[in-house]
Amino acid sequence: MGILEVKNVNKNFGGLKALSEVNLSVRENTVHAIIGPNGAGKSTLLNCLVGKLIPDTGSVMFDGQSVLGRSPYEINQMGISRVFQTPEIFGDLTVMENMLIPIFARRDGAFRMHAFESVANEREIIEQAEHVLEDMNMADKRGMHAASMSRGDKRRLEIGMCLSQEPRLLLLDEPTAGMARADTNNTIDLLKQIKQDRDITIAIIEHDMHVVFSLADRITVLAQGTPLVEDDPQNIKGNPKVREAYLGESA
Amino acid sequence: MLGLDKKDATLLIVVAVLTLCAPFILNPFPTDSAMAQFNAGYPDLMQRFIIFGIFAIGYNILFGLTGYLSFGHAAFLGVGSYSAVWIFKLFSYNVLPAIGLSVVVAAIFSLFIGFVSLRRSGIYFSILTLAFAQMSFALAYSVLSNPKFNLTNGETGLQVYADDPQWFHRDSLPDLPHLFGLSMRSTYTLDVGAWSFDFNAGYYLCAVIMMVVFYLAIRIFRSPFGMMLRAVKSNQQRMNYTGLNTRPYTLAAFVISGMYAGLAGGLMAAMDPLAGAERMQWTASGEVVLMTILGGTGTLIGPILGAGFIKYFENIFSKINDTVLHEWFALLPDGIEDFMVFIVHPFIGKGWHLTLGLLFMLVVIFLPGGLVEGGQRLSRLLKRRGTKAKPEDSEHRPEEKPHVAE
Repeated sequence: MGILEVKNVNKNFGGLKALSEVNLSVRENTVHAIIGPNGAGKSTLLNCLVGKLIPDTGSVMFDGQSVLGRSPYEINQMGISRVFQTPEIFGDLTVMENMLIPIFARRDGAFRMHAFESVANEREIIEQAEHVLEDMNMADKRGMHAASMSRGDKRRLEIGMCLSQEPRLLLLDEPTAGMARADTNNTIDLLKQIKQDRDITIAIIEHDMHVVFSLADRITVLAQGTPLVEDDPQNIKGNPKVREAYLGESA
Repeated sequence: MLGLDKKDATLLIVVAVLTLCAPFILNPFPTDSAMAQFNAGYPDLMQRFIIFGIFAIGYNILFGLTGYLSFGHAAFLGVGSYSAVWIFKLFSYNVLPAIGLSVVVAAIFSLFIGFVSLRRSGIYFSILTLAFAQMSFALAYSVLSNPKFNLTNGETGLQVYADDPQWFHRDSLPDLPHLFGLSMRSTYTLDVGAWSFDFNAGYYLCAVIMMVVFYLAIRIFRSPFGMMLRAVKSNQQRMNYTGLNTRPYTLAAFVISGMYAGLAGGLMAAMDPLAGAERMQWTASGEVVLMTILGGTGTLIGPILGAGFIKYFENIFSKINDTVLHEWFALLPDGIEDFMVFIVHPFIGKGWHLTLGLLFMLVVIFLPGGLVEGGQRLSRLLKRRGTKAKPEDSEHRPEEKPHVAE
């Protein structure tokens, strides 16, 4: 029984079958990659997991509880954090403030009217934020305007923000899309480090095979909205079905 | 001090000193001099500076922090005024219960309007608030002033009549708004040589209240709650996926700013026991938007500066007329004098809106951070003069972001 169980999920957009009979089981403390060609339904599936979309039929269970019908913030409070394809950070705020917000969210829940306390007095939270910033190698950037950082740093910050919440499941949506090779390698190293240091389950959607094969413990291949195979990386590489659907002639 | 860091405490003290000494600062010219018309130190205008300052401080908590542009805040101001005058009519001229009720009623009103309007964001939110404010205006102007149920007294405006009950009124008390017997209109005039300075009870009541609410605004800006509001402005998507529900945060900001508006409305009625529907009109809502942007959106002191600036223009520039202009240009030959008066004429008197509009455009284009940014640039320029610019590679060393209130 995995921490995330997707059962018989279907999702149609008008006449288009985006997902049909998707089953997926993500085991605890593993890195599970979801790959597939463009239009395979990877992003649709991810959106069904975080509350942005509701599947037409089927169930999505996280840690024994259904996430269907809950809004994104409730699902986050259950312990799922999401990293976006283009980094979603608080661009107008400083790096430090970006880090504080998720930690406040974890401590105080979805809403708290703490209007007469001072941020500067929240020693414990500031310490935690500083700790995560150090883990992310960003301690020197704490006073910087988040929007003025490089793409790689923004990605790093976003991952840090998600980790600071100590989620049980981290969802990564093409974390290296549009990145230079060096930034990609840095991100891989960072994710490897995270995997090593923490008890965390990671589900990753990725195009880049280099990233997938350097991180994943388990891979699901999606094609045209249906899972083709779910297997270990070494078996996926040699699987003729996968070659045909995904890697195509170039493989 | 009071839970503020050093910089905020300094700011608070500076504002306190300025407001308390305003009767001196705003009356720099001798009473009989030609420049006396630029004196703004008379009670009526000083009260307005403060009241609109409060209005703008509150508006800035919504607009400056969350970025939600409301075009309907005048409705809360009007509601505040009406409730205060009703207290005067029914109970007594004591201003404290009147101001208290105006804040409470405005809070209830803004809770309702905010709850509905905040279902949308961006331009749709603005339109919804505008619609609500215009509905309130129409209600106050005509619907709620029929003979059977006269809540607002329509066009005439709500005021206190001799046959109103005023249950707690005693004959020993002034027949005007007062604070435990101290009339809001009582003024002590200090004559020093050619100068004269007015110290008005109503003004000082407003000033003290403004300092309290300004202090509260600083606390909100520095609180985790204030940080969340800025996060709402920055990225709602990230908010939602960080486990935060944006709806109650924005609603709380909306209600707080509505309460500030109600307080301003109540104070207005306390200074002059009248409430008219025009206070709720969309132009009044637009004015507070202008004040906030002109002064500096999202800064602490900006809205107060903006409010003072606009009210000064409204009251002082509008008083300059052609006769005054002829006096100014009297030294020039007649033809040129007439020509100059002809040129300047559209910008003064009733044309002050034109001047204000031009200034507003200049500020928005060249100083997007408002007057506060202007001040910052000026002080940076002076500092650079003082220390000689360091040859520094500014492009590759991004500046640290200044804190919100700088």
